[in-house]
Amino acid sequence: MADLRSEFVGIKSPNPFWLASAPPTDKEVNVVRAFKAGWGGVVWKTLGEDPPIVNVAGPRYGAVHAGDRRLIGLNNIELITDRSLQINLEEIKRVKRDWPDRALVVSLMVPCEEPNWTAILKAVEETGADGVELNFGCPHGMNERGMGSAVGQVPEYIEMVARWCKAATRMPVIVKLTPNITDIRYPARAAKKGGADAVSLINTINSITNVDLDSFAPEPTIDGKGTHGGYCGPAVRPIALSMVSEIARDKECAGLPISGIGGITTWRDAAEFLALGAGNVQVCTAAMTYGFKIVAEMKSGLSRYLDEKGLSLSDLTGRAVPNVTDWQYLNLNYVTKARIDQDLCIKCGRCHIVCEDASHQAITSTVNGVRHFEVIDSECVGCNLCVNVCPVEDCITMERLTTGVDPHTGAPATGFRNWTEHPNNPMAKAREPAE
Amino acid sequence: MADGRTPDIAAGRLTAEEYAANFADLHPPLSRHEALVEADRCYFCYDAPCVAACPTGIDIPLFIREILTENPKGAAETIFSQNILGGICARVCPTETLCEEACVREAAEGKPVRIGELQRYATDTLMADGKQPFVRGAPTGKRVAVVGGGPAGLSCAHRLAVHGHDVVIFDAKPKIGGLNEYGIAAYKTPGGFAQAEVDFILSIGGISIEAGKALGRDFTLDELRQDFDAVFLGMGLGGVNALEIADEDVPGVGDAVAYIAGLRQASDLSTLPVGRRVVVVGGGMTAIDIASQSKRLGAEDVTLVYRRGPDRMGASQYERELAQTDGVRIKFNARPARLVAENGQLTAIEFEYTREENGRLAGTGETFALPADTVFKAIGQTFLPEALDGAAQVIELEGGRIKVDAEGRTALAGVWAGGDCVAGGEDLTVVAVEDGKIAAESINRALTG
Repeated sequence: MADLRSEFVGIKSPNPFWLASAPPTDKEVNVVRAFKAGWGGVVWKTLGEDPPIVNVAGPRYGAVHAGDRRLIGLNNIELITDRSLQINLEEIKRVKRDWPDRALVVSLMVPCEEPNWTAILKAVEETGADGVELNFGCPHGMNERGMGSAVGQVPEYIEMVARWCKAATRMPVIVKLTPNITDIRYPARAAKKGGADAVSLINTINSITNVDLDSFAPEPTIDGKGTHGGYCGPAVRPIALSMVSEIARDKECAGLPISGIGGITTWRDAAEFLALGAGNVQVCTAAMTYGFKIVAEMKSGLSRYLDEKGLSLSDLTGRAVPNVTDWQYLNLNYVTKARIDQDLCIKCGRCHIVCEDASHQAITSTVNGVRHFEVIDSECVGCNLCVNVCPVEDCITMERLTTGVDPHTGAPATGFRNWTEHPNNPMAKAREPAE
Repeated sequence: MADGRTPDIAAGRLTAEEYAANFADLHPPLSRHEALVEADRCYFCYDAPCVAACPTGIDIPLFIREILTENPKGAAETIFSQNILGGICARVCPTETLCEEACVREAAEGKPVRIGELQRYATDTLMADGKQPFVRGAPTGKRVAVVGGGPAGLSCAHRLAVHGHDVVIFDAKPKIGGLNEYGIAAYKTPGGFAQAEVDFILSIGGISIEAGKALGRDFTLDELRQDFDAVFLGMGLGGVNALEIADEDVPGVGDAVAYIAGLRQASDLSTLPVGRRVVVVGGGMTAIDIASQSKRLGAEDVTLVYRRGPDRMGASQYERELAQTDGVRIKFNARPARLVAENGQLTAIEFEYTREENGRLAGTGETFALPADTVFKAIGQTFLPEALDGAAQVIELEGGRIKVDAEGRTALAGVWAGGDCVAGGEDLTVVAVEDGKIAAESINRALTG
């Protein structure tokens, strides 16, 4: 069994699976249940100053479902903790004392003034917590008061607050980033410049999941009105992965540890975040969808994967980052064509129709009058749309051409040439010096 | 040419292709695509009803989720940690009355998740590796004797090996595996699976086999208690109930259990003689198995006659439908009255209809006769206590089987028991596995406490 023991910014936990700051980490009773189920650590639901905020007393969630009512996206209009600071601090102290081997980080959000941050950090230090996470990401409710994503969208504020916090405490300071921004590298660089020990991302994405077509209000609907909320769950995972990779590749952010968050549901999701540069992962929606037991599969799967690959957890971190590049550097001589396995094909015809309507008309529907789906290499551009719509795993695969030319374009199928070297590119680097 | 007055029992009624088809895997294994589609249907319930229904408490939602996330070997380990015979159980367990009956999707759409087939998908991947997922514990120097190498004994032996104890399995038959090897219908365990599973279980190490050694005949319980630190009895049911009508010994009347054992060991099914007209007396799984297998061997007419109504039948509705699909005719509420023989050979069997009177079965006086070349008795197996004779103290029995407490302890100190030979059980492979596991944990506590 692979060793899943993890260390993130000096904080040890028995495995890299933490729960993100959210309803599952709201109270002692939740957190203790999580630890009993085997989670490596938690980030306690964001604390604020007294008097605490008030949540709506009605529905707080909108949802996007895939087939069979499978929850793939969750939108929340819940705010930070609605309990007093004192109660939270007492509970945190007790839980940390009772579960010394688990990571317990506290998420914080206070008004954007140095004394406010200094004061709350002192209070958290006294609980014995392992670290703090600065919540610069809440896209609703709090940013209307100059907190949450109102800070996270302004790199200068991030740097400023991070610096205040690093001056006020010796606990590790993790800065949580909001994805509601144009270029995630700027906030990440700002956090680093301010001295933050790590960044965690993503927080939730601004969203409205549904509009009720009878009451004409967004859901969740409170007394006939709705508002935008924070989107999370499997649907946001690709956005999070991309942002994690951007920070991991960025030279200015080099060495900045990353805690990966965003729709992690299975061991494979976690492994992908780690491969793209995350040092550990935080989960929320999956726990809210299935309960804390979900971590058992994550541990089992990640462990077996590491064993089979002969990798340690730290070997995996960032292993894919060198393979993340810009589009212009991709090899345009790499030519693939789709291949349909006739033994696995169930003849639904989806590959044909999507290629016919939405791609390059490269798949047959009949051959010699018989329903038969086959790729026409001279028309196929290798886009792999068919692979992604086919309902049968591995029925369609992409095969690389290793000799000659692409039958579709006549261009070479071997060697290397990227866009920066292509004659069609007006900004191409000249291969020969101009004479 | 049989003429109805002389018996028609013959071998080689079918072609080689027909034998192969009739005895091929009843449920071919799921493909990867089928497994993923099926695993996707599991709702990952809280305190899942399927787990509660499983006698070995396998964490079904977890193993299904592990299949779904393409970690089938992880799923297999999850299964084997609760049930080391998860392979055979996946093939023979009456899931239709256990986990799949409890599945919430049975309640929701009348289509439960195909848990048994998913369990086979997972266990097949790990067993194909040939690697034992468990490690033998550090040797304790303690020795345990296990009597009976069937599912109860194998389960007990493996768990004891995990704890580091030495185990010797004694079995009267030349091969171990118990009913897995000699009793389960051939089309449920094709390809020598029972022995492959035995090898898989034994590969943990620390378990040796003494085959062809019967309790009572070759060694006594007292000797075991002297030579070993603990004893586990898992010898199953060695006897079969008799019809208790006249001329029961007439040629043509056979014991279903013995015939099935022969069928399982036959390397060439075309050598097995089977009657043209077969009548099976009984209503449990064995009755169904002998009826179905007789049909699959080429019998023309197979009739199963059960003395009570369908609601009292031991065989599940699923098993009944299996037999009926095979072409077996099932008659209810009739019991054997008379065997008819000519020239010393069976030619027919007469039944009397029954009805319940004050909770007891009574004859109605109306009879009917079925022509029969062969009659199989499948009316229950019994525990043979004679093998225990010679023990200085006496093991307590209850309902003719060994009485045990919740930990599998018998009245005799140092002697545990489990499987079909104990009282109160459901005579299922999965229950035997659980009995063996519980007893092993109890033995371990006793030896190390």
